[in-house]
Amino acid sequence: MKVIVCVKQIPDPATPGELDPATNQLKREGKLILDESDSYGVEMALQLVDAAGGGEVAIVSMAPNDEVSGMRTALAMGAAQGVLVSDPALAGSDALTTAKVLAAAVQRLGGADLVLAGTESSDGYTGTVPEQMAELLGLPSVTFAKSVAVDGGSLKVDRQTEAGYDEVTCPLPALVSVTAGVVEPRYPSFKGIMAAKSKPVETVTAADLGVSPAGWAGAGQTISEVAQAPAREAGTVIEDDGEAFGKIVEYLEGLKVI
Amino acid sequence: MAISTIWVFAQEANGAPTSGTLELLTKARSLGGSVAAFVGGDASAIAGSLGEYGASTVYATGDLGGALPGVAVASAMKAVIDGGSNPDLVMFPQNYEGRDVMSRLSVKLDRTVLTNSIDIAVDGDTVSATTPVFGGNTLVTATFTGTGPHLVAFRPKSFAAEPAGGGAPEVVSAPVPDLGSTAGAAVTAVHVEESTGPKLDEAAIVVAGGRGLGEAEKFAMVDELASVLKGAAGASRAIVDAGWVPYSMQVGQTGKVVKPNVYIAAGISGATQHMVGMKGSKNIIAINKDAEAPIFGVADLGIVGDVHKVLPKLIEALQARG
Repeated sequence: MKVIVCVKQIPDPATPGELDPATNQLKREGKLILDESDSYGVEMALQLVDAAGGGEVAIVSMAPNDEVSGMRTALAMGAAQGVLVSDPALAGSDALTTAKVLAAAVQRLGGADLVLAGTESSDGYTGTVPEQMAELLGLPSVTFAKSVAVDGGSLKVDRQTEAGYDEVTCPLPALVSVTAGVVEPRYPSFKGIMAAKSKPVETVTAADLGVSPAGWAGAGQTISEVAQAPAREAGTVIEDDGEAFGKIVEYLEGLKVI
Repeated sequence: MAISTIWVFAQEANGAPTSGTLELLTKARSLGGSVAAFVGGDASAIAGSLGEYGASTVYATGDLGGALPGVAVASAMKAVIDGGSNPDLVMFPQNYEGRDVMSRLSVKLDRTVLTNSIDIAVDGDTVSATTPVFGGNTLVTATFTGTGPHLVAFRPKSFAAEPAGGGAPEVVSAPVPDLGSTAGAAVTAVHVEESTGPKLDEAAIVVAGGRGLGEAEKFAMVDELASVLKGAAGASRAIVDAGWVPYSMQVGQTGKVVKPNVYIAAGISGATQHMVGMKGSKNIIAINKDAEAPIFGVADLGIVGDVHKVLPKLIEALQARG
């Protein structure tokens, strides 16, 4: 069984996001890390391949500046190889262009029995790329999966809904977007980290994949205004001295809700 | 030319249009032009209400037979567009089905999407949508540069729903064409995780817990406080992802948007993902041991302290009042 996982390398979420005032793009400078929400997809892929009795997990990613540090994390977890699409022309790409690029990268790896993606990235959270990729690849899809099992030629998926979850079946090949949920991403072992350094990652451009136009020119949208939202005034902040609960009671009394 | 036709992806729950559907219809009719609702399923139960809120036409695919709506509804929409009925704008709710249908349609039409929007403006040919980023502190307005149909998804509660007193709409059959290799994803069983008490997105008081609770068992304190206040319990994405509580309790970007009278955040730091789901609350109380937590920037009353100490005392004090 061959599984390809889409992974995003993002700025460390511990540092606050910022827009570049010159371009209105999200600043993505410095070292990028594997988006935590994608580590679940990598883990799920490794488990599915194990359960299927063998196969391969590969990863695809799109990032500026040939950035591979996040991909190395996925390789250290156990993925075998990767394709990185890195191209200055892709700066400012919209979700649809991103989906076209990643779908082409999946095809460059020869396609897969299953393509996995996170439901949305932790920095841009458009949340449309997986389903757009499915359409581009001509695959059926199940989004928001919280558990995935392979049963012969089809998938059994528990899919989150507003009210609970649905059991869904889907024939393979397919694309599934996974929420966090039932799998616990493994920590790369020392051996895995060392091995990851020599695993193949092919770096290609949008043109290599035959995708164009890309970047701002291809986005079909332009940022016309950036404004500060009317600020919510911060109120009183107090240190708990053991009696702060009383302040909450007073506050609720003031609102006449108790 | 200005906008002449707007479609709204309409959803049904328990025999009525969802509140998000009615919000979008209300906004759509204020933008000018004619409004149509597009239903993935049988529309007979809800067509009247859709008309009342401004839809003059209702497209309905008919029963989807358990198929996931994403590719099915998008294909039905594409078939209507290919048949010559071309909308200038298609409005979607920012939820599972809305996102799936919009994504599939964007590829079929080769059009970009704007997501997570809270407002839209139409000025002649120019369509712009506004999205809050970075926890809602910054508003980014994006304008479509290509030709329509423009595809935009809106967060819940972006607009107030008001009936227009419209009459019965024309119901047009829009069957799902052959889906080829994309067919086959189907629901075989439905599980509902209903909680007791008021619904999270309708409750006047919401008590939400986050990672600061330390462990899943401690969520019982949040449940208990919510119950004492006759409110609903909610959660941050972090603890839903960790499997402590079901997803139906998640408040935030990918969960529910709540605007209660009182929101109590216990052990929640205030990640962007969470803040956009609760910043509209009238009164916010936050308890967190990190004085630098972003949640204090929006709290009317902030307590820098340990939730494990503050919550039990608070619950006890409220219970003592009877």
